[in-house]
Amino acid sequence: MSNIGADEGFPRVPESEPHRGEIDQPTGTATTGHEWDGIKELNTPMPRWWLWVFYATHVWALVYIVLFPAIPLLKDSTTGLLGWHSRSEVAEEIDTAAVARADQFERIRNLPIEQVADDETLRNLAVRGGESAFKVNCVQCHGADAAGGIGFANLNDDDWIWGGSLEAIEQTIAHGVRHAGDDETRLSEMPAFGRDGMLDREQIAAVTRHVLSLSGAGPADPAGATVFADNCAACHGASGEGNRDVGAPRLSDAVWLYSSDPAAIRAQIHNPKHGAMPSWSQRLDPATVKQLAIYVHSLGGGEEEGSREASAGAID
Amino acid sequence: MATLIDTIRNDPRSPRRGLQGVGAEPVRSAEPVNDRELRSDYEARRHIFPSRVHGAFRRIKWTLVALLLGIYWGTPWIRWDRGPAAPDQAVLLDLARRRFYFFGIEIWPQEFYYVAGLLIMAALGLFLVTSVAGRAWCGYACPQTVWTDLFIAVERLVEGDRNARAKLDASPWTLTKIRKRLTLWSLWLVIAAATGGAWVFYFADAPTLLVDLVSGTAAPVAYTTVALLAATTFWLAGFMREQVCTYMCPWPRIQGAMLDEHSLIVTYNDWRGEPRSRHAKKAIAAGRDVGDCVDCNACVAACPMGIDIRNGQQLECITCALCIDACNRIMEKVGKPRGLVSYSTLADYERHAQTAATLGRDTARAEQRGPSISKVLRPRTILYFGLWATIGVAMLVALAARGEIGMTVLHDRAPLFTTLSDGSVRNGYELKLVNKAGEPRSLALAIQGLPDATMWTAENGERTRSAVVDVPPDSVRDLRVFVLRPAANAAPADFAFVLTDPRSNETVVEDARFEAKEVTRK
Ligand code: SF4
Ligand code: SF4
Repeated sequence: MSNIGADEGFPRVPESEPHRGEIDQPTGTATTGHEWDGIKELNTPMPRWWLWVFYATHVWALVYIVLFPAIPLLKDSTTGLLGWHSRSEVAEEIDTAAVARADQFERIRNLPIEQVADDETLRNLAVRGGESAFKVNCVQCHGADAAGGIGFANLNDDDWIWGGSLEAIEQTIAHGVRHAGDDETRLSEMPAFGRDGMLDREQIAAVTRHVLSLSGAGPADPAGATVFADNCAACHGASGEGNRDVGAPRLSDAVWLYSSDPAAIRAQIHNPKHGAMPSWSQRLDPATVKQLAIYVHSLGGGEEEGSREASAGAID
Repeated sequence: MATLIDTIRNDPRSPRRGLQGVGAEPVRSAEPVNDRELRSDYEARRHIFPSRVHGAFRRIKWTLVALLLGIYWGTPWIRWDRGPAAPDQAVLLDLARRRFYFFGIEIWPQEFYYVAGLLIMAALGLFLVTSVAGRAWCGYACPQTVWTDLFIAVERLVEGDRNARAKLDASPWTLTKIRKRLTLWSLWLVIAAATGGAWVFYFADAPTLLVDLVSGTAAPVAYTTVALLAATTFWLAGFMREQVCTYMCPWPRIQGAMLDEHSLIVTYNDWRGEPRSRHAKKAIAAGRDVGDCVDCNACVAACPMGIDIRNGQQLECITCALCIDACNRIMEKVGKPRGLVSYSTLADYERHAQTAATLGRDTARAEQRGPSISKVLRPRTILYFGLWATIGVAMLVALAARGEIGMTVLHDRAPLFTTLSDGSVRNGYELKLVNKAGEPRSLALAIQGLPDATMWTAENGERTRSAVVDVPPDSVRDLRVFVLRPAANAAPADFAFVLTDPRSNETVVEDARFEAKEVTRK
């Protein structure tokens, strides 16, 4: 031990006299015999309890290794005798929380959605739950901000293709749009006016101008107005106010599903794209669907029951 | 100093006894301490049996022990009426509801800077006290010192004073020893349990918790806390004592940096005491020079840290001043002035030593008075005090100006804004309305600026520019607010939310931003 570091030029205690420690005069403590530029290292004994604490930490570590997951293996780790795992702990906590809230979810499941929304506790729970369910199931199309995109409805605004009341939203989520496997799904199909030769290029251009004029985005176009009245008004309404029963979007407002670009409008008339949405009742339980509906309704555009007319004021 | 070193070496109580090989002093015990058998890297704790002390400092310390323990045990039981919505415990750290109550002050988690300020003040206060009066904290106020004092007092009560305790400790395990130790440990345990028990009362309503604790219905964490603190108290005050200060605690190391030559430290005035002599009369008769120290070891016997203050300032010394009391009594008995061991600054000590060396011991002793306070005000202490006071005043001002209502505004990030069907633009905001008062408040929320804008809340769709919002007592209300600008003016702009308490007219204004599509230049 006394020769450690001898090669690095540290002073060494001569092998022949290993115990002839020197006593440091002011402290009366033995030195280790090591000296650096005249500074000598005192050989102060450590407290013995310190040693025991040190050993105790080893015992603790060994016990820990035996009881808890500790040693990483290739894929997994040792499991430990107690079988404890942080994930099972989380799972347990989630279960406990679920049990604690079970009756509230039960009420959400059984009550009509209007009554759920009227109960402050249930509504808060539903908005939170709906938000997380939205992040898992809906953001892929509608975006994290629920603002949608071209072809995907913005859920924040007050323009609803299939209705913005709680019940209408619940219905849309539960059964989807154009979802083949659901009898109650929202169904609508706009004819391909151009592809199927019902309107020619000129007529399509004219009706596009008329559609833009409906929301004040362009000058009036009498020819287009005639085409509109003959071909479009049946579903979209005489002044383009739309019809939620058949899922015909309102054309007289500032919100566009496939953009307000004239080319996009022309393309949509020529050969319309039809978005689809899954029937979520086939994947999620009714309570979750209700929570989703309440969450979407809370984003700011939700309508009261039967307030369609109130918010349907046309734009001049 | 030769005599001094000699004395240490030959004092049977000194851990450094028997050291040899330095200089040419007579070697009385020739033990090869560094022999393989004797040398150890570790040293067992040696029991210290401090003897009973009477004197001014001991009285101060007893008073402080009573006072500090009284504060510790009594505080949770003080009641303070805050109205029906808040707890009536004067000092309470409500972890579940995240509130800290201190008499008239109530601190919310976001106001943690008060606590930070208090901690900084405590640190600076310690710096200040240390630079003036040395390790006064250690000697008088540290829990380790206070509880150790209490435990030693109980030990003395059960086992007797120093010699009796040392004898009992060395004796084999007779029935008497077992009985005495069991009594002692039981008493210690009771104190320790009470110590741990009192701690949890700071975190819950004390009377309720006491009933719960006794009836076995309190939360498991309460029992664990009590048990843990009882165990540490028992161990640290009963068995570890000076080891805590010497080996565990960081304060002595930090405080070393706070001391200077004008700080008070417990000092053995060797210019007065040396050469010490047990047989002063004989020595004088023999014409030898004799100092005041009669080498009675009273100071060593009194020291709870197990050191000999006559070896000079040592890191173990917590400046408890018990050796001063012990020595003063001896000085009185032998008819010498007090203060052979005294509170003294290094500067004073050096001056006196100088005088003693040049003009003689008697002159120096005549000059020796109480510690000189002329240097209490010096740059270091003024700086510490200035910092300490600045923070204190700032906190007082902040507390006085602390309002009862508050608001934060968070603009929705996604989506930044929403265009509605009529072309108007809507922005969403998360507001947090804070009511720190003990009663419910109806607060007026309004928009300032943007004369064209209207707002509504998620709960109440009515379009307005000013709404009344009820906020329950002592709580934060989350409020979702929408602001709408008509199509014609739908451009980005700054405005503000204004929250007013109509009762007190207290007003909070929070700036906000209205986002919309930038008007495209064509
Ligand atoms: S050294 Fe530490 S534990 Fe000991 S009295 Fe001072 S502050 Fe307290
Ligand atoms: S030397 Fe004196 S002041 Fe220091 S710890 Fe011992 S008794 Fe207390």
